[in-house]
Amino acid sequence: MGILIDSAIMTGSMLIFFIGGWMWFVKKIFRDYEVHNTLVQLFFPMIFMLSCAMFELIIFEIAAVLESGSRYLYWQVVLYSMLIMLILVIPFYLCHFAVSNIRMVSREWVNLLSVLTWGVFMVCFWKIGDPFPILSTQHGILSIEQSISRIGVIGVTVMAALSGFGAVNYPYTSMNIFMRPVTKHDIQAQERRLLQTIDVIVNKKKRIALAEKERITSKVGDESGSRSRIWGLLRSVTASSPQGESLSTLKQEVAALEELSRQLFLESVELQNQRERLEWASTFQGRFFNFMGYFFSLYCSWKIFISLVNIVFDRVGRKDPVTKGMEIAVHWLGFDIDVQFWSQHISFFLVGCIILTSIRGFILTLTRFFYAVSSSKSSNIIVLVLAQLMGMYFVSMVMLMRMNMPLEYRTIITQVLGDLQFHFYHRWFDVIFLVSALTTMGILYLAHKQVNTSDKTESFYEPKW
Amino acid sequence: MANHANAMNKVKILVVGDSGVGKSSLVHLICHGQCLSNSSWTIGCSVEVRVHEYREGTPSQRPYFVELWDVGGSNSHKNARHVFYNPVHGIILVHDLTNRKSQQNLRRWLSEILLREGGGTKSRIPLVDDFDAEQFGGFSQLPVFVVGTKQEQVAEFRTSGRVRSSSIADECAADEITVNTLDQRSLAPGSSNAVRLSRFFDKVIERQQTTTSRTDGGFSYLERENPMFRRNKATSSFVVTG
Repeated sequence: MGILIDSAIMTGSMLIFFIGGWMWFVKKIFRDYEVHNTLVQLFFPMIFMLSCAMFELIIFEIAAVLESGSRYLYWQVVLYSMLIMLILVIPFYLCHFAVSNIRMVSREWVNLLSVLTWGVFMVCFWKIGDPFPILSTQHGILSIEQSISRIGVIGVTVMAALSGFGAVNYPYTSMNIFMRPVTKHDIQAQERRLLQTIDVIVNKKKRIALAEKERITSKVGDESGSRSRIWGLLRSVTASSPQGESLSTLKQEVAALEELSRQLFLESVELQNQRERLEWASTFQGRFFNFMGYFFSLYCSWKIFISLVNIVFDRVGRKDPVTKGMEIAVHWLGFDIDVQFWSQHISFFLVGCIILTSIRGFILTLTRFFYAVSSSKSSNIIVLVLAQLMGMYFVSMVMLMRMNMPLEYRTIITQVLGDLQFHFYHRWFDVIFLVSALTTMGILYLAHKQVNTSDKTESFYEPKW
Repeated sequence: MANHANAMNKVKILVVGDSGVGKSSLVHLICHGQCLSNSSWTIGCSVEVRVHEYREGTPSQRPYFVELWDVGGSNSHKNARHVFYNPVHGIILVHDLTNRKSQQNLRRWLSEILLREGGGTKSRIPLVDDFDAEQFGGFSQLPVFVVGTKQEQVAEFRTSGRVRSSSIADECAADEITVNTLDQRSLAPGSSNAVRLSRFFDKVIERQQTTTSRTDGGFSYLERENPMFRRNKATSSFVVTG
């Protein structure tokens, strides 16, 4: 009886997650494209559903909601389906779509080629595990640890790269000291320059069009009769229309001017973006984010420092923040608290917060990334790639979450995911986080400096009228 | 020759649509009669010019310059596009026949153009959330033309071979054609597509002539830049504000 109720709860919640993921997909991500292939439409919500189910099981573990036996069973079910999707199904469809997008391949070869590509992918996937000291050799080839470890590597890399980027980018975009002042005059001057350039381009194109038309009509005149041929000869000698060479110079000038107009347009887009940022900064939300930006930049610098320390000193076996907090509270501050009771509730709260904010942050990032990258040809492929990334991301998040939970709750994860070298993954996370944060800082600094100097030179040469 | 170019009259037509529907290929086909071999995303605006014979075959035949302003459709450039929208004498809406969403988005494109037509950065916030297409016919005198591209790929995706006419063409009382931008014969001179396109150009030129005859000569630079001078659409006279 107990297991029936548990199954009902699990299936009900998984259905809710599936519908949620599907709505998000149709309304937000795929809003500009028509879905021709229903499988693509199904895979994405399915991965979302499985990921949310995993988190739900973690929460249930801490809150001790369902029976322990049925929890373990559901862990196995969810994990195996996730693995099958991530390793077998989605890569196959990715290869299939990628191959059928190439125009040179004919229909019959598509299936064969996609199977071959998929085989290549599997080999590469296996080879990923070699350079890392992930596993001891006592596990068999098809065991669950082999696949989870490899998925973990990729997922942790993505997670750390995104965290590093976000940690540096958030203070940069929300803090006012990084925003450059942009006046309406600047924008209008830029737009004027753009329109003037386009006017020049249009005039040149008109001359080219007239010359081409003249050339065609004179050619037609040449072909009909000897009398018109004489007229044609006379006309070609005395004509004032630009002949072959000057026509090509005109075309070259037009090409150069078009490149210039593109540059001017991009600069004007950048100016408008800056202006919008300044407008946003004066709203309540903007001011709040600016304030939080100071705290966040402190937190980010601390995190970068700590990762550096971790890598250099190779710290092993970190305690989770809850237990550490408890220790500090009990030993150093002398509070008398019931550790058992509070640790459960606090870790429940902490883990819940982490899960929710990570999911929300990931969803937003994914949506924005899709808008920026997608086109009508590649939309299917990109959706599948995003589904794959999402699955790997959330699996590794489960792995890394282990460190945030007190010892008694870690056992279920260790049981389910198998015996992995967990502390390797934390080291790897720190390394990639550091690299990503430093790279982002470097790129933002260069971009900021370049825009600043170009701004100054333009205002210097601006004609005063 | 330069004098000749400046003496000829011109009209400006905007070509808009979602990113990747084939606007650049279409414009290249209209102006040069050849298919575009290397298409890449349009950044900003790319202008092509076609010499169009107004009222061809009649005694009052005159050559006109038709400027086709192909505006890039990517979403990240939305905030700076408005600079191309003013002035405009006609609109060509392009959608992809294999992607129904691109046709539904045409409505947004139309409202984006119309609501920014007021000019200046003050009216950047739209006056209405969604304009009413039925009022459009009376509100603005802009002729509209709808083109559906990628006709050759439609058979793969739709079970019925016939392509339904788009709703926005019906609502705006606009003429509509479907083309295959990879095939020169889609707009070959004398084909029904080319005839409809010429008719549209003639309509645009007619409208432009009637608006300029009522006022003193077209949209000047001064009107575009200075928000103090605003055109009153009903009386078509200058109204000084501010």
